This record gives sequence, structure tokens and C-alpha cells, in this order.
Amino acid sequence: MGRAVTSADGRLLARALADPASTATLDGAGWQALLAMARAELLSAALACRLQGLPMPPAARRFLDDALASFEQGRTVALWEAEMARRALAPLGVPVVMLKGSAFLAAGLAAGQGRFVGDLDIMVPHEAIGAVEAALLDAGWEWVKPDPYDDAYYRQWMHELPPMIHRERDRMIDVHHTILPLTARPTPDAAAMIADSVALENGLRVPSPQDMICHAAAHLFADGDLAGGMRNLWDIHCLIGEFGTEGLAARAVQHGVEAAVARAVRQAGLLYGTDIPDRWRVRGPLDPLFTRRLTARDGWGREARPITRQAFYVRSHWLRMPPAMLARHLWTKWRKRGQPS
Amino acid sequence: MMHDFAVRIGPVGFRVGSDWRAPVAALADLYRDYPAPQDGIADFTVRLFADRPWRRFIRPRVMIGGDYVLPEAAPLSLRHGLLAAEMAMNLQMALGQRRFLLLHAATVERDGRALVMTGESGAGKSTLAALLMTRGWRLMGDEFALLDPESGMVYAFPRLISLKNRAIDVMAAAAPGGRFGPLLADTPKGAIRHLVPDARSIAAMETPARPALILFPTFGHDDAAREVSPSEVFVRLTQASTNYVSLAERGFTALTRLVTTVPARAIDYPDTERAIARVEALWAAL
Repeated sequence: MGRAVTSADGRLLARALADPASTATLDGAGWQALLAMARAELLSAALACRLQGLPMPPAARRFLDDALASFEQGRTVALWEAEMARRALAPLGVPVVMLKGSAFLAAGLAAGQGRFVGDLDIMVPHEAIGAVEAALLDAGWEWVKPDPYDDAYYRQWMHELPPMIHRERDRMIDVHHTILPLTARPTPDAAAMIADSVALENGLRVPSPQDMICHAAAHLFADGDLAGGMRNLWDIHCLIGEFGTEGLAARAVQHGVEAAVARAVRQAGLLYGTDIPDRWRVRGPLDPLFTRRLTARDGWGREARPITRQAFYVRSHWLRMPPAMLARHLWTKWRKRGQPS
Repeated sequence: MMHDFAVRIGPVGFRVGSDWRAPVAALADLYRDYPAPQDGIADFTVRLFADRPWRRFIRPRVMIGGDYVLPEAAPLSLRHGLLAAEMAMNLQMALGQRRFLLLHAATVERDGRALVMTGESGAGKSTLAALLMTRGWRLMGDEFALLDPESGMVYAFPRLISLKNRAIDVMAAAAPGGRFGPLLADTPKGAIRHLVPDARSIAAMETPARPALILFPTFGHDDAAREVSPSEVFVRLTQASTNYVSLAERGFTALTRLVTTVPARAIDYPDTERAIARVEALWAAL
């Protein structure tokens, strides 16, 4: 089985997600590679949702049924965690906007079908951040990073508080006041995101569909190194599938993330065949490189293409902060290397 | 990967990829009577790899990888590659298994009913299970008992029996016709030698059994036995389970059913002969 499986990349997974019927031609080795990749990209439950009802080998069905059961349990836990945060913050009377996976699950979106959720991400108005922090500490959350440099760095330059973890439930919460680090070049309109968010029945809020796409795109292409990018791009594919692209371009300009959004929409079209208007289909010279990075996963579930990965890792830091600051940051981190964080 | 091997152990399929031939060759030899994963699709992937290219050749060092990993897992010497593979397979089960409630226990079966032995590392579960195997019991597994939440049945997971230190000589004497792996000296857990479960245990590995007795053996004390209350069994088994928390309500329901329907005993034993006699007496009195 060695060769054929090793030469496969993330496009095998992308094709199965986008066109479930395409799995009909897979042999055992093909299924094995597909399932290993899906698990590594945290997309196994999303794949299970997509392939429900299709014929497949019993061993593949069992694998995907397990992923689905795991997802259902994860959803219960994620929604409960959101409810715990709601109760802790309700007395403050500030709007609390759920972001990413928790929002997809709570709002019952297509992007939430089979979506694994790790941390709870919420966004609150910048001016309320001190009160929110105090209320969470009071309700049993505590700091994860006791390192003073990291703590100060987060508070001065990041778009979120240093991560906190609940001491009994062992779940992390990320409290955002905007969606990109303050050191990044674009400055998203966080106030507009909160103002245009939509209230759910329990009082928690989720961003407008356009803002969810802008956030996912900014996170993927204007911040990180594209690790786990297949899942983020799948979120974007599902959001566009459910809400279309109407009003998206204008909103992206308002947040200063039009390049990231254009790239996200384009890459979703390239990788998942997302139904997008022709005006979004402008080819960029770097598109193949981005696709190459996004699909850098082999049939053994391993990260592939180390050089491409390294290049995008460097790019992520370049995007995150100006050069002099980056040098200072890396110097500090280098001197503290090996110390427990 | 360069070398690979696939096997089914009980209801679980594994695929092992390795940068070196030796660990895979050892696995292929010891597991030669086992079937391949169903449909050629393994539930879990294990990878044994060199963290730096030169580590493949110069003082070769085996890193343990796979679908599920522990960030702090220490590498092993290539001499212990077989142990690395076995540890990695166990790790996939411990961290990734979601179909069964996993109990850290050795299990043997007779007349369709299962005896589940659990306890701290070093309590002698592996040795007792292996000895019982030589005396007419079917070995279901020496590491994990797989409790099916739907049916309440225990499924077998008869991987290689991992004998440590003194147990190696005990079993060499008790199972002279047994198939043993190479002696792995000076591993992080001391000396280790694997014993292949007998033909009958392998042939019947797809047959589950109804749990009939839960035993907490402790080696090194005077011969004694006491009843263990369902509440104590429950707490001890939650500690002996690696996925009780992630199975949530399914795990709670399965475990509650187990402890309220199956009797439990704690036994102390000064030597294996008396342990075996004690087990047979308890079993006969059920």
C-alpha cells in the first residue's frame, strides 16, 4: 500500500468533503489515507456528516461513526462551556459575541456540522475587557501563562487576553476585543462587529455571516501560518454556501482585510469548489503556493512539505509585527528558550 | 513510510509505519497469526520515526508518533523498537478509543464469562492472566478490557503479553512451548519480554464475553480476600479508565451497569500459586 498512499495529499480529503460521491472509487488504501488525513486535520466528524448515508466499507463506517459520536459529545461540552461563560458575564450587561466553532454550533450553522471545538472564543467591547477578566477570574477561570513577558506581551499587543483555563472543567477561554493582533497592519472595525452581531435565544451573540467569513479569512490568511488551514477553509466554504457573498466585499474593506477575504474565497473555490461569483475568481500568482501549503498532509497523517511550511511560518511572524519588534520578540523568546512556559 | 505493517487485534485495526525495518519485522513475526485490519482500513495509525535525519543511522532513536501523541513522550533506543511500537499502539487506544469504555485491566474468559483483573502497575495482572491462559482460560488481553456501552459485553484485545522483570522467568517456566519475543533489557520499565497469546486466544479474539467477576489483585501480602462495594469499584474503575471522561454519559451508564451487576473482590497474594488457587475458588463460588 506504501507508494500510492504516501503520494496522496490533502486534495484527497478536499475532494471527499466537496464531492462525497467521489469516495465510491476508493480502495482500502485510499480510505485509509483519507481517514488518517481527516483525523489529522480535525475534519473526521465533518467528513462523517458529509458521507452519511453513502455506501462505504464497514470499517470506514465504524471509523466515521466513532468520529460522529465524539463530535456530539464535544458539541455538548462546547455549548455548556458557552453557557458557563454566559452565566459568569450576564451580570455585567455587556454584549458577549461567540466566535468561530462555538458560534457555528450555537447558531446551528452548516459550518458547525462535525466541527470540533477546542477553546471557547468570545469577543467583548474593548472598554469592558477589565470587568470581563475580573468576572471570569471570580467564576473559576485562571491564567495559563504565568510568564510576565508573555502576559505583558498579550496585554500590550494582542487582540485577546492571555488565555485562561477553568480550574474545574479544564477548558480554555480566549477573550477577544478585536480579531487581529494590534501589531498587524489591518485594523478591523471591532465595534461594528459587535454592533451588527445577532442575539441568540439565550442572550449570547454571534457575528453577522459576513463578519464570520471576514474573521475566518483574517485568522487564516492575515495572521497564522495556515496550520489546520483545511478546516478553517472548510468553515469558510460552508459559510459561503449558506450565506453567499452578498455584502462581503464591502465588509472586508471596512475591516481592512479585503486581501485575506479575497484569497479565502478564491482558495475555497479552488480547493472545495465553493460556488462563488466570477468576479471573485481572479487568479493570483501565489495561489498554487497557498494551495500547496494548505494541502501539505500525507496519507500517513503526517505534515508534508517542510520547506513550504517553514516559509509560511516565517510569513506569519512577518504579518504579525513590524521587523524591529519581531527581532526584539524573537530575541526575548530565544533567551528564555528551554524554560518552562 | 518506508516500512509498514498492519494488524487487527480484537475489534481494532492498527497500521504501523516505521523509518526502520527492524521494529516492523519483529511485529510481523510475533503477530504472524493475527488477521489484517477489516477492509484494509485500520482504526489507528502509529508512526516510528527519527526526529533528525541522521538519527536514522547514528545512535538511532525511535520517536513515537501517530494519530494521537503525548507531547512529552521520550524517544527509545532502536534496540527497543518493538517496545516503542507496542507503546504507541497502546497510546492510540488510551487517547483515541471512543467506541468502547477502556479499562486498564487484564481479562481472561471461561465458559463465555469474563474475569476482569485490574490494579496498579506491578500488581501482577499480566502475569496472572498469562498463567491462567496456560491453565485452560482464554486470554482476552493483559492491558485493556474493552467494555461495549451498548451490550455491556467485554471485547478481547489480546495484544502481545508484556512480561516484565521477574515475570519473564515465571512464564518461561510456565509456558515452555510459548512463543516469546526477544528479551529487551534495560528499557525504561526494566527488562521486558513479550509472549504471544496462545492459538486459541487469537482464534477466538472476535468473541466477546459477559463480565462475571472483577478482581483487584495485590502482590506481596498474606493470602486474603475481601468484597469490594460497587461504589468503591466504580471509583477505582474510573481511575483505571483512560477514556471515561471523554465517553461522558455513555461511559457513566456503562460503568454503573458493570459495577451494579458484577461482583468484585480484592485479593492479596504472596505467590502466584496461591493467587491461582484463590481465583479458581472465587470463580467456583460464583
